[in-house]
Amino acid sequence: MSHRLPDRDEPWIMRTYAGHSTAAKSNELYRSNLSKGQTGLSIAFDLPTQTGYDPDDELAHGEVGKVGVPVAHRGDMIALLDGIPLDRMNTSMTINATAAWLLALYVVAAEEQGVPQEALSGTTQNDIIKEFLARGTYAFPPEPSMRLIADMIAYAVEHVPKWNPVNICSYHLQEAGATPVQEIAYAMSNAIAVLDAARRRVPAELVPAVFGRISFFVNAGVRFIEEHAKLRAMSILWEELGRERYGVEDPKALRFRYGVQVNSLGLTESQPENNVQRIVLEALAVTLGRDARARALQLPAWNEALGLPRPWDQQWSLRIQQVLAYETDLLEYPDVFEGSKVMDGLVAELLDGARAEMAAVAEHGGAVAGVDYMKAALVDSHRERLRRIESGEQVVVGLNRFAESEPSPLLEGPGGGILTVDPRVEVEQRAAIERWRAERDSAAAEAALAELARVARAPEENIMPATIAAARAGVTTGEWSRALRAAFGEFRAPTGVGEAAAALAGNDELAALRDEVERVSEALGRRVKILVGKPGLDGHSNGAEQIAVRARDAGMDVVYEGIRLTPAQIAASALQEGVHVVGLSILSGSHRELIPAVMAELARRDVDVPVVVGGIIPDADVELLRAAGVAAVYTPKDFDLTRIMRDVVALVAQWHGAGTPA
Amino acid sequence: MTSTIDGSEIGARLRAGDLGAAPLALNVLESSAPADRERSAALQRALSPAALGHEADGHLIGITGPPGAGKSSLLSELVAAWRRRERTVAVLAVDPSSKRTGGALLGDRARISFDPRDEGVLIRSTAAAGRLGGLAPATREAALALAAAFDVVVVETVGVGQSETDVAELADTVAVVVQPGSGDTLQFLKSGIMEVPDVLVVTKADLGDIALRARRDLSAALRSIGGRRTRVLAVSALPPASGIDELVEALDEHRARVDLPARRLRSRRAAALAEFGAEHGERGLRALGGARAAQRLLDAADPGADAPTLVRLLERQAAIA
Repeated sequence: MSHRLPDRDEPWIMRTYAGHSTAAKSNELYRSNLSKGQTGLSIAFDLPTQTGYDPDDELAHGEVGKVGVPVAHRGDMIALLDGIPLDRMNTSMTINATAAWLLALYVVAAEEQGVPQEALSGTTQNDIIKEFLARGTYAFPPEPSMRLIADMIAYAVEHVPKWNPVNICSYHLQEAGATPVQEIAYAMSNAIAVLDAARRRVPAELVPAVFGRISFFVNAGVRFIEEHAKLRAMSILWEELGRERYGVEDPKALRFRYGVQVNSLGLTESQPENNVQRIVLEALAVTLGRDARARALQLPAWNEALGLPRPWDQQWSLRIQQVLAYETDLLEYPDVFEGSKVMDGLVAELLDGARAEMAAVAEHGGAVAGVDYMKAALVDSHRERLRRIESGEQVVVGLNRFAESEPSPLLEGPGGGILTVDPRVEVEQRAAIERWRAERDSAAAEAALAELARVARAPEENIMPATIAAARAGVTTGEWSRALRAAFGEFRAPTGVGEAAAALAGNDELAALRDEVERVSEALGRRVKILVGKPGLDGHSNGAEQIAVRARDAGMDVVYEGIRLTPAQIAASALQEGVHVVGLSILSGSHRELIPAVMAELARRDVDVPVVVGGIIPDADVELLRAAGVAAVYTPKDFDLTRIMRDVVALVAQWHGAGTPA
Repeated sequence: MTSTIDGSEIGARLRAGDLGAAPLALNVLESSAPADRERSAALQRALSPAALGHEADGHLIGITGPPGAGKSSLLSELVAAWRRRERTVAVLAVDPSSKRTGGALLGDRARISFDPRDEGVLIRSTAAAGRLGGLAPATREAALALAAAFDVVVVETVGVGQSETDVAELADTVAVVVQPGSGDTLQFLKSGIMEVPDVLVVTKADLGDIALRARRDLSAALRSIGGRRTRVLAVSALPPASGIDELVEALDEHRARVDLPARRLRSRRAAALAEFGAEHGERGLRALGGARAAQRLLDAADPGADAPTLVRLLERQAAIA
């Protein structure tokens, strides 16, 4: 084989994960991104849409239009895609619990453009297991969730044949601390669970087609050689799985196809300009070797650890892709790692580890039954990662080494280098949905919801036709989800923290902290008790979990209830549990609304305890939170959890009059 | 938090049905600070049968069972069912993973859903007493005190064996929760490791035949060991929930026929012994002539006495200042 390709390869699909404020504003952004050379769409939905609440729901407060676009009904989807030809667009929707609903809205919006569903191409993420494990935007219990996925696969294979109804998403597993071995093993175990569920709902002759329609959505970290090996290992395992477990023979169907969003976990708040080179190296991990090259790529922006990126920040990331694809010679060669001893060795190592870990998941009953096992393993891995960073074993430039810096001109100017969503958006969206409900044919909507409720309770029927009919009838996102919640029940995923192992002994700082916790507990008469709460719809619980585990390791009693709590729930827990301090974690940008709301609920119940906040909090908002009565604010640059705990204990001692350390 | 309201006033507020006083009462009862021990004693005195003129009206229910049996989902449905009947409910969720020697993650309240604005529901997570599922002295005292204010007080523990015994000592009614296919419970019952519960609940009735069979097997086992009066119920906490109303009725029914003063007396005496043991250990017990001698002393004491009074009695006897 020649060391050159006869023809330069076509570049991958270039996307930018985008959406905010309203459908109209996001449409404007999409059109501008496409005019800059972006070749596919990647829709970011806001948290209420992802978890199935309308903008006027109590749980949606503070979250509307924040981390993505609100799509509450057919009208929003039509506005979002206005002027974008859907027969020629390849659209990725990061949507999971409500994926069936959003696909239905997409199909209906296409109808409106005169495009039949057979012509649509793209993907819905639709991977619920990783929502239970890492991302938190689930809505229904595991079993009915798996049924919805299987229904979508069965429907899409027949009626929307170019659509990938599921992309198995290991991206968020790495964000939650997964090692490469865990990322591979849990993604494959997850795929097995999905395929096994789908296999029961389609005729046997369609199984290879179903297999061929499953794609993956992976992560790539900065250790880019090993990360590339990970993708090669995944394609080997995938082909093996197809042949052995599902009897697939068509080589095209056996190809491991994946899209990527490179790592956000490793992006730093301090010296954020360094994130640009991290992103470039991570992009190499998924493009360098032709045999395991990404089909679609989206890159985060340099300032993601600070807040929401602006259009200019996203343009920068798109330009990285374009330089890689069009300026360099990357696409001119066959696989550059063929015959590499290092690469083959790494792949073999990862395969061994992944097979062993897949066997462990299988022993726990597979990916659905094994959620608790995998969750606890991820919490442990993440804690180990943080420990290595705290101790300096793992170098993060600009954070735990080479931390001195000139002031960054990128952060100057009004807004501090990030996008802020106008709080009027939520008010307008509340009014808009009321108008929508008032103006639609309510009899048609009621009838569609009744039919949906019936089908939901008939597990042998496919949910999609009733869902598409409901989308046409003007039903809202919240109504669709409520009908299914009524049929399926509510669910809270495991937090993983209960099972997390105790910290290793021999850590002097932690030992000193324990002594201080003992002293303060003795003085207070009760063990220091902390409530760790996550208000709002943000499901990124990794930070809160690590805080909870460290607080326990420091000797505190920790009340942690998981994600998605209203301010009233948090305040009621603080009162009933008699905690000495409350710690709140928010990453979705809704802290400006939700933190003051929690403070007000605490005051209403006369709960007089200090409140500390952690999360992605822009500098400009720190003063605002302090003015609302928050005692301390921590951001990603505060990476030393033991030090945070020491502050918290000192705060408790001071607040409740337990003196100062001896 | 550093409130200085005295113990008897907190007790009076609870007696008057002021549920808002309950979190503060729990803070005081759990505290080992010297000033709080006095407040705690005053609080318990204000709620003793001697002070009330009768046993506290609340129904003390122990709910226990092996991990994964579905206790929390069941409890969630039960709380809703009691609230529909306009009964107020306090849940003391005992965390099995924690020991009193270090920190603990208390996650159980997450699984019980209720309206945070509803002041008729209180959930408090508490640590276990150093052994799997055993009750800490403060939990016993708290349950007895809250029974003067709430219509229902649930103590939820995990495990079979020690926790079941401790809960049986404390509660008016004990419900053991098992899931279908858990042969352990059957074995424990037959071998006498587990006391006969007042109500046996088989969860996951939605599993159909397996649940039915489990219910039949347990009924047979109970008959063979003389537990004829134990009701065995199948419930499902998944929508549509089933068997919950029947369970509420079975619990009520048991409470109606139980000898309440006798149960509560046993409960207070057990609480006193546990507190004395926690405070003075083996050495304290030896000073009394052993656990049996301590029990005889308690049996001879005033039936209307609250637990702290009984503890002081033991301390005087053991000549501990």
